[in-house]
Amino acid sequence: MSKAESTETTGDGVIQSVSGPVVSARDLDARMNDVVYVGDEGLMGEVIEIEGNITTVQVYEETSGVGPGEPVENTGEPLSVDLGPGMLDAIYDGVQRPLDVLEGKMGSPYLDRGVDAPGIDLEKEWEFEPLVEVGDEVGRGDVVGVVEETVTIDHKVMVPPDALEEDETAEIAAIEAGSFDVTETVAELSDGTEVTMHQEWPVREPRPSANKKTPRTPLVSGQRILDGLFPIAKGGTAAIPGPFGSGKTVTQHQLAKYADADIIVYVGCGERGNEMTEVIEDFPELEDPANGNPLMARTSLIANTSNMPVAARESCIYTGITIAEYYRDMGYDVALMADSTSRWAEAMREISSRLEEMPGEEGYPAYLAARLAQFYERAGYFENVNGTEGSVSAIGAVSPPGGDFSEPVTQNTLRIVKTFWALDADLAERRHFPSINWNESYSLYKNQLDPWFQENVEEDWPEKRQWAVDVLDEETELQEIVQLVGKDALPDDQQLTLEVARYLREAYLQQNAFHPVDTYCPPEKTYLMLTTIETFNDEAFDALEAGVPVEEIIDVESVPRINRIGVQEDYEEYVEELKADITEELRSLY
Amino acid sequence: MKEYQTITEISGPLVYAEVDEAIGYDEIVEIETAQGETLRGQVLESSEGVVAIQVFEGTSGIDQNASVRFLGETMKMPVTEDLLGRVLDGSGRPIDDGPEIVPEERQDIVGAAINPYSREYPEEFIETGVSAIDGMNTLVRGQKLPIFSSSGQPHSELAMQIARQASVPEEEESGDEEGSEFAVIFGAMGITAEEANEFMEDFERTGALERSVVFMNLADDPAVERTVTPRMVLTTAEYLAFEKDYHVLVILTDMTNYCEALREIGAAREEVPGRRGYPGYMYTDLAQLYERAGRIQGREGSVTQIPILTMPGDDDTHPIPDLTGYITEGQIYVDPDLNSQGLQPPVNVLPSLSRLMDDGIGEGLTRADHGGVSDQMYAAYAEGEDLRDLVNIVGREALSERDNKYLDFADAFETEFVDQGFETNRDLEETLEIGWDLLSMLPKEELNRVDEEYIEEYYREDDSEREVVEAAD
Repeated sequence: MSKAESTETTGDGVIQSVSGPVVSARDLDARMNDVVYVGDEGLMGEVIEIEGNITTVQVYEETSGVGPGEPVENTGEPLSVDLGPGMLDAIYDGVQRPLDVLEGKMGSPYLDRGVDAPGIDLEKEWEFEPLVEVGDEVGRGDVVGVVEETVTIDHKVMVPPDALEEDETAEIAAIEAGSFDVTETVAELSDGTEVTMHQEWPVREPRPSANKKTPRTPLVSGQRILDGLFPIAKGGTAAIPGPFGSGKTVTQHQLAKYADADIIVYVGCGERGNEMTEVIEDFPELEDPANGNPLMARTSLIANTSNMPVAARESCIYTGITIAEYYRDMGYDVALMADSTSRWAEAMREISSRLEEMPGEEGYPAYLAARLAQFYERAGYFENVNGTEGSVSAIGAVSPPGGDFSEPVTQNTLRIVKTFWALDADLAERRHFPSINWNESYSLYKNQLDPWFQENVEEDWPEKRQWAVDVLDEETELQEIVQLVGKDALPDDQQLTLEVARYLREAYLQQNAFHPVDTYCPPEKTYLMLTTIETFNDEAFDALEAGVPVEEIIDVESVPRINRIGVQEDYEEYVEELKADITEELRSLY
Repeated sequence: MKEYQTITEISGPLVYAEVDEAIGYDEIVEIETAQGETLRGQVLESSEGVVAIQVFEGTSGIDQNASVRFLGETMKMPVTEDLLGRVLDGSGRPIDDGPEIVPEERQDIVGAAINPYSREYPEEFIETGVSAIDGMNTLVRGQKLPIFSSSGQPHSELAMQIARQASVPEEEESGDEEGSEFAVIFGAMGITAEEANEFMEDFERTGALERSVVFMNLADDPAVERTVTPRMVLTTAEYLAFEKDYHVLVILTDMTNYCEALREIGAAREEVPGRRGYPGYMYTDLAQLYERAGRIQGREGSVTQIPILTMPGDDDTHPIPDLTGYITEGQIYVDPDLNSQGLQPPVNVLPSLSRLMDDGIGEGLTRADHGGVSDQMYAAYAEGEDLRDLVNIVGREALSERDNKYLDFADAFETEFVDQGFETNRDLEETLEIGWDLLSMLPKEELNRVDEEYIEEYYREDDSEREVVEAAD
């Protein structure tokens, strides 16, 4: 049920019992997943179980004071979102109620109950510009016109995918430019269908697409360790598991800020209120690296913080992915960040245990794996029903209890996603950020993305990456020996490898998210930084071979300047000069 | 108001009664026993015809003849500014023989969630006078920063030190007494009478009681009452902060006892248990407490929380610290090893973290070099810590000169920087200067996390200062 619809109800029932967010009602005529209004205050809920005459409802609001005997009204519609212009630069709760509108309606900074608002402003007028003419043939999902939603994004008005059958077409009977609100008809089809800027879609059902394709373009994030070692594709899936304090949220925020997607949908699922506030305050001021516009102009936020009702936390992931799919249908590349999918799984667990379902592993419901898979399967690189191509990339943070990756949510997620960024508490403790463990992480997109990097950055991108991985691997092995005998006991060449690896770790893999320059590193800079370290490596080994003692090589004055490449704005010049200095200094030793 | 004598079952802290009207979830109940004693409780589950009631004071003395009254409202906390200076029990009733409290308002203790859109992002530095916190894990107004400790550690001393010393530098300068004042609300859950006395003595000795409200649920008070105490505390805090413009520091101790009480109720209700027997909804429940910290746009005051929890077995993967860490904005670790070395306060900065630090420090807020100094000391201390393991195996002689410097740094960091004593109040300037003294023990080139201009400005080129530190070592 979408809030933009009238709230006509059918088949009333009566509350029989209340236990936290779970309410049972009797005599309610309802189907599974129907939206209902519970109690005298009309709290929004969804049908999750039907047994004989008893219907069980999960309620999206606090249920204190609600008691048996109060009415339950059925709307007869599944939980849906309102889709249309106005979703960007907006902040929603888990069932797409705009939080700014709620604040005004409630007149209080606290979230009151029983207040509802449509997901998009129904009265705001948009300047509609037709892209088709009367007489043109259109099929389902076809674009009939655009409105400028924000400075960055043109919102495409489409024939709803359920208005026509798969291969059915219709002629445009009428279409007009002008100012319209989202409920007014902007185009009429020959079969009588009236197209408005407003669509609604049930959140638990994927929007249709024509075809899913293999993703071949990277989602460039401006984060060295991600772009350089473990890239994700546009339309790919990734998981970021890590214990608390390891930097999940900062990584997600960095991606939301700098990933080169057209649209960002950020779902704060059961996380901290202050973190969402940070996004709300920062994003309007931050610049989109692609065009200099405010970041909020491409962002839609869904905030269901940990203290907001648990049932709405269960639904917020679906709300987010449905919005993402809608922009995908317009041909945009959408990136969805979900922080954190563990809270979502816990919400399922909480509801499941109140339903007294038989628990699976660690109390999670037996359908946990299936739900996770369904969610990540809604991501991908698609050919849309209207022939355009668009993608949804899904990046989920995972919060394993005690940082133990063997728990069910992490394990079931890893079975689905193709990129794994493992956060590491040890690295975080020594303030190595982003604290992504390079030994444990992986990306299965690496090979299919290499051609893009070769074409757009440098031909030897894959070789350079492999070189870095090899040095880091060797360091890991050598460190085990160092732990036993000390560094000085190693032969000279191995000591030198350790030194090179140290620069890889400290200069290349570490990146300061809070430094104005270092926070975003374009792939060209990532590449140059790596080649600078390689220059040092090659020159140093040449020197060693020529008989220069390793201590002297390590003490070379110019080399520590590698650590400052990250903060250079004019990095090209800096790198060139540095490479020359390193070469010259090392060669002067022999 | 109807009275029932229809109790059908008594089990642990729960009482089941038959009713013939609709009773709301979370409603307050009074039970009068045959002996004339009145007990209070709350509706945990409400079905047609029967309700489950959780009794705060415990069910002893209740029999099937006891009468049950439903008050028709959810639990409320009577709030007024006059609560400052008062000592209350865990259910909010005065126990200090003071005058009767005339409430200005009665507020629902469950507390609605703050709309994330209405929040204001916390970025005002609170100076605690503790180097390990101010320098390395800065606390800001509206943050929730727990202390992770274990039994037998001086976490209470640290909490008291923070409560005593906490101040906001800008206010001291402007001398703005009229504006927002500082208040401390202390919520004790299941602490021993002895611990309670220590807190009270300290409050009285330093005169802090005047600006404090104390809620005491002691170890021998009913366990179930503990689930209500923090909600009483936070309702009072929100009232003082957002309606009376106070900057409120809330200290909750000990959250472990609170969670034990949750588990007890869950077990009595025969719920499906989650990890280690704690209820599956504990994350949500804790979040509803911790998330009540914060700032609100257009309101002067703030609620800052320092919950204390003792980790069973000093294990931070235990569900209580684990779930807490996922909700709070960082954590401060009190470390038994450092404590046995005599460090005061024994804060282990390596696993400690303040998530809001980066936005609360730096130019215009604290000092421009603050972030760099802190990052550099973290990295250096971590490296020194690692090398200590190696020294145990190969000895110090086998290590390079560079490694030895890091080892010296780690030692000096503990003795000079962390170990300041529970009575010393260091301002930030002093903390950072000590930081630079220590960083100057390392070669300049090693300082790769501090901007060059600050190295120019603060690095001690002169060896003499360094000698002082090393000699003291």
